Amino acid sequence: MKKSVLAALLLLVTQVQVAMAENVVNIYSYRQPFLINPILETFTKQTGIKTKVVFAKKGLLERLKREGKFSPADVVLTSNFSLLLQLADGGLTQSFQSDTINENVPNAFRDPSHQWIALTKRVRNIYSSKARLGDLSNIGYEDLASNQYKGKICTRSGKHPYNIALVSSMIAHHGEQQTKQWLLGVKANLARKPQGNDRAQVKAIKEGLCDVSLGNSYYFGKMMQDAKQKVWAEAVNINFPNQQDRGSHINVSGVVMAKHAPNKDSALKLINYLTSDDAQQLYASLNMEYPVKSGVKLDPMVASWGTFKEDEISIAKIAGFRIKALALLDETKFDLN
Amino acid sequence: MHKGWLPRPWTVLAWFIGITLLLPVLALFFEAFSPQAMSPGTEVFSHLWDTVLIDYISNTLLLVFWVALLSVVFGLPVAWLIAMCQFPGRKWLQWAMMLPLAMPSYIIAYVYTDLFDYAGLIQTTLRGWFGWQSPADYAFFEIRSLGGAATMLALVLFPYLYLIVRTSLAEQSYQLIQASRVMGCKPWESFFRVSLPMIRGAIVVALALIGMETLADFATVHYFAVNTLTTAVYDTWLGYNSLTAAAKISVMMLVLVFLFIGLERYSRRQQAVYERQSKQDSDFLYRLTGIKAVLATLWCLTILFFAFVLPLLVLIGYAIDNVDVAWNSEFFRFAGVSFSIAATVAVITVSISLVILSNQRDSNTHEQKWFNRLPSVFASTGYALPGTVLAIGVLIPLTTLDFALNDVLDKWMQWQPGLILSGSVFAIIFAYVVRFNAVAVGAIESSYSKISPSIDMVSKTLGLGRLKLMWLVHLPLLKKGCLTAALLVFIESMKELPAALLLRPFDFETLATYVYQYVSDEQLENASIAALTIVVVGLVPLIFINRLSVKR
Repeated sequence: MKKSVLAALLLLVTQVQVAMAENVVNIYSYRQPFLINPILETFTKQTGIKTKVVFAKKGLLERLKREGKFSPADVVLTSNFSLLLQLADGGLTQSFQSDTINENVPNAFRDPSHQWIALTKRVRNIYSSKARLGDLSNIGYEDLASNQYKGKICTRSGKHPYNIALVSSMIAHHGEQQTKQWLLGVKANLARKPQGNDRAQVKAIKEGLCDVSLGNSYYFGKMMQDAKQKVWAEAVNINFPNQQDRGSHINVSGVVMAKHAPNKDSALKLINYLTSDDAQQLYASLNMEYPVKSGVKLDPMVASWGTFKEDEISIAKIAGFRIKALALLDETKFDLN
Repeated sequence: MHKGWLPRPWTVLAWFIGITLLLPVLALFFEAFSPQAMSPGTEVFSHLWDTVLIDYISNTLLLVFWVALLSVVFGLPVAWLIAMCQFPGRKWLQWAMMLPLAMPSYIIAYVYTDLFDYAGLIQTTLRGWFGWQSPADYAFFEIRSLGGAATMLALVLFPYLYLIVRTSLAEQSYQLIQASRVMGCKPWESFFRVSLPMIRGAIVVALALIGMETLADFATVHYFAVNTLTTAVYDTWLGYNSLTAAAKISVMMLVLVFLFIGLERYSRRQQAVYERQSKQDSDFLYRLTGIKAVLATLWCLTILFFAFVLPLLVLIGYAIDNVDVAWNSEFFRFAGVSFSIAATVAVITVSISLVILSNQRDSNTHEQKWFNRLPSVFASTGYALPGTVLAIGVLIPLTTLDFALNDVLDKWMQWQPGLILSGSVFAIIFAYVVRFNAVAVGAIESSYSKISPSIDMVSKTLGLGRLKLMWLVHLPLLKKGCLTAALLVFIESMKELPAALLLRPFDFETLATYVYQYVSDEQLENASIAALTIVVVGLVPLIFINRLSVKR
């Protein structure tokens, strides 16, 4: 009995120790493995450094916090900027920089205190029914609250990070009061209670349930690549909102280095690689995202949507309104009937 | 009896287990009422209270109510028919009605949404036939609603009720029913006047389990856009960044659970129905013929169809359509991991439940009863915590222990092994044991209560010690209960998702975590073969155990 307990303990230890070995990068990822694996494989091929991943959509931050100085994590990959800032604000990151990063990533997409960098950009687009509304290239987010869209809007939960970020940016531009009115207006225009993901809204437009929806840019590209979903995407136009004024709301995916990263050198190599032409090109072609590095070629389909004006407001400023945004979503009962 | 308060080793062990399994919940309690985190926590909580919390609470209560009611509607007739009647197909329906257990609720929810929502196959086809253009042209139920979510959950949870009630019906004293029949009761009357009062306890046990499972569900309600207390937990924790407020809401949910458990105990407070002396023989079953037999078979088949066959067929359809993306040569490894973890958890929960319950049984005075009952209550609380919250609850004590361990080892031999407990499979197994022990306790306890105390008395008089009594007398009588418990825990562990997701070590993949990365992107089709494998692997022990229990 004692022996077997000891053996089990040793087994656990070796298992833990393996994760500590050099020549490996341990990744906590909020992004699905099937999105990032091809990029990580190329990294391993080029450098010989192995990668190990734990993927979860919720709670990795808490796990990192509890693990403290013994945490095996080297880097954390996130799918939106709120998480980047929450990790940094929680004191779970350490500063990192390199010439490569400074060269590849524009200033606006790097934390001034070097706690995080963005890797890719995505637009919060407004999709519209080709058949019933046609091109809406002059639309702004503000218009979604106007009477003409009564009963015509579909969206995922207001509390999804992508929508929270959009609401935060509305607060940043228009203040709390106006944003609340806007939310009430949009809610009154909804064709159905917020549900499903961004693709499901496009599907609903195709089926005639609604005419307008909110959705990230890359979903359009991904749907066009999928045999079954292609017909959904073909039923809609992708519009870049607020081109007449401040530009479209941008979110980013990004990376931080964990405070207690055991493999710092390898981690920095990985981050450098993620900003390189090769990796940025893969992000663009595999996931249909906009690379942060300038000069990287867009996927032909993404390029065909044309150039557009980005909302230049700083990420940190938007993120500052996150809690306010959540509070407004609760106050307006946006997700409830 | 007058040995005073000197605890027996058995009692110490039971308490140790109970408190160990309570640790995650305790950790959350401390989090909820920790003074240093009080201020932001209170703010968020009162904001929620002013805005959405009432809606969440009423949704939660409604959901639990509907799931419980539907489970009774689906499960009770099936249990009675199979335990008491002879009709075509009874023999294989007896085990087939357990099949829906193997179907994870997130999969059945996905499949039914795909079929029944506005853009789904059914409505699209109807629109094609009748030329309807928009939702205004016709009325159709909304699958993504509270009713929809309750139906999905009831479809996969009713087998609990079926299983527990059927066993209870089969074990009841047949003399009583025979007597009632002799005295002129019709089968229905004898059901309401004799059987129902006797199986009431079993129904409440089943409903307590079903209610807790419903409370803990996040995947289904989230997918169906139904906001419940679980939603509030996640919103406050991940959105408002306040684990304190989230812990407070979890505590509120736990109060609900204690209510469930209390209700269950209360309903059994006076009850003592011991195992029948007569063996059930098929002569006794009501022989259904003609339209009655057809209806009986049809009722079971209909429920089985919607709860299992239809979703299975749809999954197979997905798999065939997407075989190129859905196949992954690593499935065998994932399946192996899932299987061995589920089996380990099943063995552990059954063993510790036996310890706890046998100690509980060995109580003489009223105070002793009360005192010895606590461990089983403690060891059942984890069941109602949403998986991710439980995972955090597990991380808090385990990391604390890891830090202490590293300190000690560092002083001793300058060696810091790192996160031995919280960073390894241990954390997952511990979390599963905490989560599913309630199921094992429930199943074994109901078997235990059927053993007449006179058996214990006789054994003791004959000089049998505690261990021998357990090993030679109780265990053979508890075999069925233990097997049922092991089976249920195994299947639940196969399906469990959120805790594994957050607690797993690097490159650790179970079938469920693999499926999840696609479900979370609403692309179950791409993981359909893995999803099928979860169902099939869950069936293996089901068939195995069914054989064992039929053979006797």
